Amino acid sequence: MFQYDFIDNAFAAAGIVAVVSGIVGYFLVMRGQTFAGHALSHIGFAGATGAGLIGLAPIWGLVGFTLAAGIAMGVLSERISNRDVAIGVVLALALGFGLLFLHYYTSFATQATALLFGNVLAVDRGMIATLAVLAVIALVALAAIMRPLIFASLQPELAEAKGVPLRFVSTAFLAVVALAVSECAQIVGVLLVFTLMVGPPAAAQRLTTGLWSGLIVAALLALAEAWLGITAAYYTDWPVSFCIACLSALGYFAALGAPGWQGRLPADRANKTT
Amino acid sequence: MNAVELDRATIELGARAVLADASFAIRPGEFIGVLGPNGAGKTTLMRAILGLLPPTQGALRVFGETPHRGNPQIGYLPQVRTVLPDLRVRGLDFIGSSLNGERWGLPRLKRADHRMIDDTLALVGARDLANRPLSAMSGGERQRLLLAQALIGSPKLLLLDEPLISLDARHQEVAIDVVRKVCRDRGITVMFSAHELNQLLGTLDRVLYLGNGRAVLGTVDEVITAPVLSRLYGTDIQVLRADGHIFVMSRGRDVEGSAHQHEHNHEDHEHHHH
Repeated sequence: MFQYDFIDNAFAAAGIVAVVSGIVGYFLVMRGQTFAGHALSHIGFAGATGAGLIGLAPIWGLVGFTLAAGIAMGVLSERISNRDVAIGVVLALALGFGLLFLHYYTSFATQATALLFGNVLAVDRGMIATLAVLAVIALVALAAIMRPLIFASLQPELAEAKGVPLRFVSTAFLAVVALAVSECAQIVGVLLVFTLMVGPPAAAQRLTTGLWSGLIVAALLALAEAWLGITAAYYTDWPVSFCIACLSALGYFAALGAPGWQGRLPADRANKTT
Repeated sequence: MNAVELDRATIELGARAVLADASFAIRPGEFIGVLGPNGAGKTTLMRAILGLLPPTQGALRVFGETPHRGNPQIGYLPQVRTVLPDLRVRGLDFIGSSLNGERWGLPRLKRADHRMIDDTLALVGARDLANRPLSAMSGGERQRLLLAQALIGSPKLLLLDEPLISLDARHQEVAIDVVRKVCRDRGITVMFSAHELNQLLGTLDRVLYLGNGRAVLGTVDEVITAPVLSRLYGTDIQVLRADGHIFVMSRGRDVEGSAHQHEHNHEDHEHHHH
């Protein structure tokens, strides 16, 4: 199947995005912020359709809107209990705006499906270069804040006492998530970013408890699911995003039932607490 | 030099003075039980000592210095422990995240760090927690992990904010014993906040009782008296002593914790304080 350029391109683009999604998603899962990632992608939908209105490529609308929203969420959100509600309201509003923009830019409507569910087979060389640059920016930024990010994620009270600027770290992280979401939406669409950003990292956390091993497994799982998804789509003629969504769910549930996890826990517990 | 010293200090939280014009001095090596009704400012006082909340008037000194964030002389076990229920991070990485966790860049545990974590875990009898995920630990085990973490780096002052909360009576006794033993051996000053005085009676050197914007530091006999506590609670308080226990009552009702909790702990105490 590699005789086709569009397949090569799809593999390259999906490969770049999967690695970024797996790694960034690992922290999203660790911080319990998956819902925020979901919201960012929906806000990105409004950005992408809005970009169409003013004649920009959808990716820049995605990046612009998700970045702005990610930073706003980081700056505004205190550790308040009803954060989910606020995010949910903004998420719905963003989808509404996306619809409005589509309404006024009707020729763009054919692309709506691609935005919502992805269209990796239509990726060209220019897009691959863009994705690669965004990926490098996201990963470098993540590497720069990784240490305080982990500390602040696991133990915010102590991190604050030790001098970690909590709000800056969480805002910077949401900006990184915004970039990853924008990338991910190019491959699997704004509605399915969970398939690469949450499924593989969540599975990885079931399979290993170490930090680095978890990151590596998350990236490899995302990569495997993305590439296998494209391959499966090529041979079955099913949509790529559907295949990736299936593999993501399969990977997660397989990891849940993986040996050594369910079997070991109760015995461990009984031994240690007596 | 005193470990902690307040000199006519006023500490405000929002517009409310949690402590007004308070003066007391904690000597190095003392085990101080920090008591008082909910909202009396136990946590706020600790946050001030950590340098997160400077006094609006007067002076607060920690080992002769103005408090500053990231003071390596202080070990801290915060009260609000936001451990995500599904956190699959092993104990080693959890503690490791706090080692230089405020620095930028990638996390890295050196061999010496591993040894330090291992030694500290051994100190609190929790070596086996290093390789187990947090989600598989009981409340008592997590508490021991957090205690180990607070002890890392040989602090001279330990701030333990309600470390007994959510532990059953047996684990509460164990936690108190571990803190007492380690801190006596190493001459560490301890501020141990709790809801219940009786559990700490055999351990503490002096009591710091907070209430009504005031703080009274002294021996149990000096502080736990009807006149002193009536002033701190702003209502009529009776103090009853029976069978080596002290009950602080307001209008015939116990002011510390629920009646149920008392009954529960009562049997346990018979063995320890007689």
